[in-house]
Amino acid sequence: MKIFDLNFDVEEEPIPDGEDHDLLENIMDGEEVHDSPREKVKTENEYYRNYVRSTQWVQKLIRTENKGFNVFYFSVAVVSCVLLIGMLLFTISYLPRYGVENPESTLVVKRYVENGLQETGAVNIISGIILDYRAFDTLGESHVLFTALMCVTVLLLRDSKNMRTQYEDFYTIRDEKYHELYRESIMKFVAAVLLPCLLLYGAYVLLNGQISPGGGFSGGAVLGSGLIICAAAFGFRSTDRVITRKTANLIAFFSLGFYSFAKGYVFFTGANGLENHIPKGTPGAILSGGLILPLDIAVGLVVATTMFGFYSLFRRGSIGGNK
Amino acid sequence: MENLIANSTEAVAVILFGIGFTMLLFHRNLFRKLIGLNVMDTGVFLFLASMGYIEGRKAPIIVNGVQSTEAYINPLPASLVLTGIVVSVSVTAIMLSLTVRLYMRYHTLNLDEIYRMADHLEDDR
Repeated sequence: MKIFDLNFDVEEEPIPDGEDHDLLENIMDGEEVHDSPREKVKTENEYYRNYVRSTQWVQKLIRTENKGFNVFYFSVAVVSCVLLIGMLLFTISYLPRYGVENPESTLVVKRYVENGLQETGAVNIISGIILDYRAFDTLGESHVLFTALMCVTVLLLRDSKNMRTQYEDFYTIRDEKYHELYRESIMKFVAAVLLPCLLLYGAYVLLNGQISPGGGFSGGAVLGSGLIICAAAFGFRSTDRVITRKTANLIAFFSLGFYSFAKGYVFFTGANGLENHIPKGTPGAILSGGLILPLDIAVGLVVATTMFGFYSLFRRGSIGGNK
Repeated sequence: MENLIANSTEAVAVILFGIGFTMLLFHRNLFRKLIGLNVMDTGVFLFLASMGYIEGRKAPIIVNGVQSTEAYINPLPASLVLTGIVVSVSVTAIMLSLTVRLYMRYHTLNLDEIYRMADHLEDDR
């Protein structure tokens, strides 16, 4: 029995053999899809909304809101917005001029610029700052990213213990199947051309953080967008081979663990006046800057998995399949 | 006033911040509030980046061994902007997923309706 009429205008193509296809058939043949919890919740909410709108006290509330409170809120909001912008512009007019050096603000910078190359071994001073002088800050940043990924996983993961059920999966699998069968050829072609360049460029930016603009965060973002384009154009099956939930967790664990231990070593030796045995290398070469290159790689891997994890969780509720 | 025109980049950043704040106050839709928050973030980043700029100087990457403060712009705001961008991305992702969950519960994105329905559902229990 066909419950969902998809109204394909295209002629029916022979469906490729696969294991997921059978699952889809089974769900499509099932008869209890109409009574799915999702539909129930929807109708219940519709009922509540109409009920709430029709009750008298809500009508009263809406009326008073429309007349008294809304006018009050609107006027206060306009005044506060105008006041905020005006105060900030007033402050701006007393700031030092744009593009002119302000000796007080470059006091700290003097140390970074003049001794940075000798102390960190990185030609790119910004890399030296974020991954050597202020490496603890960057460790916190990558943990913020990881925590955000965990929060999104808690909220959106689609399994039997979470809010979503197998009926919810029906819609996802149906959409996936539809997109897999009738995937756009333009998107496929562009992705096939773009993907190798993107991944190569991401690796280049990631590995050259200490000698040129770039570094862990930007390179990781480029790598992650490459993965996202791959998933959007060729389906999640292509990325499932590379990145599953297990590998994502392992990458995050080992990257953050390596970062913590490496920086812990540096802090320990620095605080106790011990000699640091990590070679700085010749400035300008790829293998320079001491710990900056490995830390860049760790941060970049965390950023790439996090970016792809956000996309995958929002799109289908899991990182790399449900297994 | 003269100084304000000279500082036009910072002024634009502040106006962007104000636009984002206005969107936060005047829109009832949760997604539009989120967009407003991101516009505010952009204003802050533009402000920080423009504070570090010094005219006629180069990006702080040491070339030919020139190591004087006179040659490069201020590298500190750039590294602060990086922190800001990362935090902004994380906060946006968490808020978007919370919005998705709210929509799954109430089937609306309007904040007023969500408040009313939440009150009513609490009374019902």
